[in-house]
Parts: sequence; structure tokens; C-alpha cells
Amino acid sequence: MIASILILLGITLIIGITLGYASIKFKTEGDPIVDKIDKILPQTQCGQCGFPGCKPYAKAISNGEADINQCPPGGDEGIHKLAELLGVEYKPLNAEHGEPKPKSIAIIDEETCIGCTLCIQACPVDAILGAAKQMHTIIEKECTGCELCLPPCPVDCIDMQVIPETTDNWKWKYPIFKINQKNKHAN
Amino acid sequence: MQIKDEIYKFFGGIKPNGHKNISTLNPIKKISIPKKLIIPVRQHVGKMPNIIVSEGEYVLKGQLIAEPVTNVSAATHASSSGKVISIKKEDIPHPSGLPDMAVTIETDGKDKWIELEKFQTSKLSIETLLEKMRFSGIVGLGGATFPTHIKLNINKINTLIVNAAECEPFITCDDMAMQEKTDDFLLGIKEVMNLIKIPQAVIGIEENKPLAIEKLSKSIADDNSISLKVIPTVYPSGDEKRLIYLITGIKIAKEKRPAEYGIQVFNVATLISIARFFNHGEPVISRIVTVTGNVKKPNNYEALIGTPINELLRDAGGDTNKEIIMGGPMMGFKLPSTNIAVTKAMNCLLTITDEMENKPSYEMPCIRCTKCVDVCPAQLQPQELYWHAKSSQFEKLTNDYKLFDCIECGCCSYVCPSNIPLVQYYRYAKSEIREQKQSLDIADIARERNDFRLLRIDREKRERAERNAQRRSQVSEDDKKKLIDEKKAAIEAALNRTKEQNL
Repeated sequence: MIASILILLGITLIIGITLGYASIKFKTEGDPIVDKIDKILPQTQCGQCGFPGCKPYAKAISNGEADINQCPPGGDEGIHKLAELLGVEYKPLNAEHGEPKPKSIAIIDEETCIGCTLCIQACPVDAILGAAKQMHTIIEKECTGCELCLPPCPVDCIDMQVIPETTDNWKWKYPIFKINQKNKHAN
Repeated sequence: MQIKDEIYKFFGGIKPNGHKNISTLNPIKKISIPKKLIIPVRQHVGKMPNIIVSEGEYVLKGQLIAEPVTNVSAATHASSSGKVISIKKEDIPHPSGLPDMAVTIETDGKDKWIELEKFQTSKLSIETLLEKMRFSGIVGLGGATFPTHIKLNINKINTLIVNAAECEPFITCDDMAMQEKTDDFLLGIKEVMNLIKIPQAVIGIEENKPLAIEKLSKSIADDNSISLKVIPTVYPSGDEKRLIYLITGIKIAKEKRPAEYGIQVFNVATLISIARFFNHGEPVISRIVTVTGNVKKPNNYEALIGTPINELLRDAGGDTNKEIIMGGPMMGFKLPSTNIAVTKAMNCLLTITDEMENKPSYEMPCIRCTKCVDVCPAQLQPQELYWHAKSSQFEKLTNDYKLFDCIECGCCSYVCPSNIPLVQYYRYAKSEIREQKQSLDIADIARERNDFRLLRIDREKRERAERNAQRRSQVSEDDKKKLIDEKKAAIEAALNRTKEQNL
């Protein structure tokens, strides 16, 4: 009797110590689920979801304060991925937050720019180069196309330009075939 | 590495009708200098070279018109003398049909060469030679157009394999080149062997080229370092990895290059252009193009780069209204228009035959017969790839079904009884996956930059608060009282003023 109590006591002790040690040793920093959600979000930092950036939106989703269908740049694909990650039903994009647009970048009309630095302050990814009373320009490679620089510009010199299709970024399309009228097999 | 006589047969493959005899009856025909040469600036895999001529400039044959910008880039040359009349976007042979930058030259018919630099390869160091090659415009002329100087910048190669398989139906340009330019071809092999010290070379040639085999075996009879290996006619034996296996029995692992196994593979036409460059200083300004299919006189043409394909088709008696495929029927693509010029990658122009035209173009459901599995040389499961590509399940395609091992040879589409354009589904899936990967990288950069910005804003705020606190603490108690009194007095004075005014 005493022996079995001791054995059980021993086992619980060992398990307790192991678990306690593991919880200290393998402690994860931050919230892994927020990071996973953040990884799916497109990082345009545009705020169309109603939160000031992708990370805050990711936090809101994980706390249950926001829905998964509020990110237009992420599109349908992004919602599908979020639904899969969180194990919830897919929902179509909430139109209140905007429509998905083709990928574009901002271009500053350098003739009109007065060098007020307002757009520089608005850019969430520091993709605008310039100084007070100096012409500003966009670092095209870094621009996420968030459009946040458009409203602060007092002279309206920033335009969004859709990234044109070239032989470098061209993609093979999903195969679609025209039905050939002349073809006798295709009845 | 000891090369045995044995042929190591690879898995799968197909034996389509070759249709090769129709274009090998006559010798290679030189096409005369056209009035206009439209030379696309980028004719290789890699960065767009820098255009160094301007409109109105007179250029000589062989003159550099665009220089390579980075290592993975190649040069482009004027293929005849004349005046540059425009530098703008033109139709190019690309499956997208999108235009790209091209230099148009109005030829003067004199065909005057620029002074070519003749150098002795044995006297120069390998670095200088490779640097010179970077400006020679030599790229893989088998169709891949990868800059050749990069493939030669590798040590410890023990076997040079010459890809003379030419396994695609209809194409005969390498076959004819080997018959008519045997000396240059063998010289090219020797040059490459000397340059990077390769002890042996093996020419892998399909048995359906008896004339070339006969001529080559005579020419290399007293050379121990070059051997000829006749391989069975099975498509796609000309695929690099398949050819290496056929000849050496070595299977190149996934994501590895043949160079890591001490093997380097070169195409026939590439070797000929290497020989021309090393012995005459000539850059790549022409190539041999097979014009075949639904034409009256199928033939091989030696055409200047930039020659409009209409000239070739007219000479061969082709119908320019028919659809034209660049490359072979298995891996080629339809040209968006006939307003296109010959490029380095153009090994064959195939006008659609009645047989191809009458093939039903519509797709029927997959019946799961797995005929495609039996012919896939990459030993994949083409039907699984198809289902997942069709439903856009990209993660599974890369992880479970190894989509990126697919060489797009088209064997699966060829045998499919339901006429499914399988390769097009794979290409679609591949470019989607590539784009997704790219946008993930872009997102990572954006995240990093946004994090840093927030950090910076936070730091600036903190620093400002600290500065203010410091300033406040520097002010002494008496000064503070003085300040407060001054302010109080000012307020009082203002209040009195308003009172007086109100009265």
C-alpha cells in the first residue's frame, strides 16, 4: 500500500518537475497565432481593415474583435488562408472595407511637388525619399500601394499607377479554350 | 569518369513520328540580307542589357549594340551594317505576346564587318577569355538561352557532354549543322575542353541522324578524347538530365546541377558559335533555323539575327496565315504574330499541319487512365498534378507532388486520350506559385520596414520626452517661482485690460 503510494507520488513528482522545467525552457515569446495571421496578411499597411496596420488587425482577429474578411489587398485567397488557419468558415470579402484592386504603386509628379514632407510622414514603410522644400520621390521597390500618401498631399501630385505587365512579370494563364466553329469534332 | 558502352534507358518517354526527313533533303540555305533587321535587345535568360547605340547611328556588322549589365546577362550585336532607324518596343517571340525593346536597323547591303579582334586562346588567362565571352553574345542556342560564359566559369569538370540528341519532332537544325559545319563543331568541342581542362567529351546523338553519325565518326576516328554515343530515338532524350543518364548512368538529384557531378552539357549550335568566336572573333549574329511543317519546301536556313520570319516563310513557300509555332510541336509555343524576327532561341519555325489542325482542341474529363504516369520521364504523377493545378491547390503541388521537377516535355499531353492540355495547367500553377513566393518576400520587406518605422517613431517620442524632462529639471526652484509669478502677472494684466474695455 505504502509502496504504491510512493510510486504514484514519485511519478507525479517526476512529471511535475519535467513539465515545470519545459514551461520555462521552451517558453515562446510573443503570441504565435498573431504572427501566423500576420504572415498571411499582405503587409500593405493600408488600414482599409479599420486598424492602423497589418499587425494590429492580426491582433484584433486573434482576440475575436475583427472578422477575417476585412482585408481587400489580401483578397479571396487571403480569406481562404485565414479561414483554414483559424478553423472557421470562409466568408466573402466585406465590401465596406473596399474592393481588391490590381497591384499598383504611387508615382509623384515631380513638377508639381512642393516638398512639404506630408506624404513622407504618412508612408507606413518609409518608401518616400525627400526633405523639406526638396522634391520627393517614391522608392518603387518598397512601395506597397497603400494609397495613404494620397490624402495628405496638398497639391494632389501623387498618382497610383497599375504595375504594367511585361515579359518579366508575365504569368501563364489558366488554360481556356475557344470552341473552334470549324472543328467538326466539337459539336 | 569511365564512359561505358552501355545505354542507360530512362523511364517513360514517347516515340512520336519524327517528320525529320522532310527538311534534311537540301543543304542549309543562306537567306539574303533583309532590308530591315529587327533585333530584340534581350535574347537571353537574365538582365536586360544596356542599349549603347542611338537612333540615326550607323552600325557595322558585328558591332555591339547592347552590353551586358551584370554577370547573368549577355550582349547583343548588329547582324549587318546599316543605320539604326528605331529603338522601341516591338513584337518578340515570347509566349505572352508582349512586346519588348528592339533595335531596328535599315541595312545598306554592304554587310561591312567591324574590325574583329583575333586572339590566341592559349596565350590568354581564363578570366580574360570569359570576360571577352561575356561580350560575345554567346548563349545556349538549344533554346534555353542561358549565358554561356557562366557555364564555363566552373572548375573540376571531367566530362563534356554534347547534346546532339535533337529529340523533338520536325527540328533538324543541329543535324544539318553537324553535317555541314563538322570542323567548326569539333573545334568548338576542343576549345571548351582546352579552356576548362576537360579530359573527355561524349557526343550524344539520336540514331535517326545516320548522315551526321557517319560524318562525325570518321572525323573523330583518331581522337581518343572525343567519343560518339548513339542513343535510341526516344523523346525527350535531349533533356539535359535524361541525356546525362543515357550516357553515364548518373542520375542528377533534384535541385542540383550537372556541374556538381563533374559534367557540363553544351548544345551543338552553341559549340559552333564558340568556335567562331575563339578563332575569328565573331559574335553571335546568325543562326540556323528549321522551317518546316505545312510549307512547300521545308528547309534549314542560315539567317541573320533580326531577319523577319516572313522572309524565311516566303522562301520556304509557307502560308503566312497559318498559325506558326516556334520550337517543336512538343515544347514550342504559338507565335503571337508573323511580324517577328529571328532570335538566338529560334531553332525551328513550324507551320501548323492539317493533322495538328484537325486534332480536337476541346478538353474532355480526365478518366484516370494514368497513361501519363507511364510516359512521364520525371516519374511524377501527372494526373495528380492536373487535378491539383485545376483546383489551384498550390501547396500540395509543390510539397507532395513535386511540380517543380516537371520539365514540361509534354509527353503526358501527347498520350492523354481526353486531350487535356496538361502542361498548360502545370505552367499556370508554376507561375502562380512563383508569384506567391515573390509577394511573400515583398511582404516580408514591407513588414520589416513598417516595424522599423514604428520603432523609430516610438524612440523619437521617448527621446523628446526625455529631453523635455531634462530641461525642466535644470530650471531652479527660484526661477520656477519667478516664471510662475510673471505668468500670473501677465494674466492679471490681460484680465484688467478686458475689464476696462468692457466698461
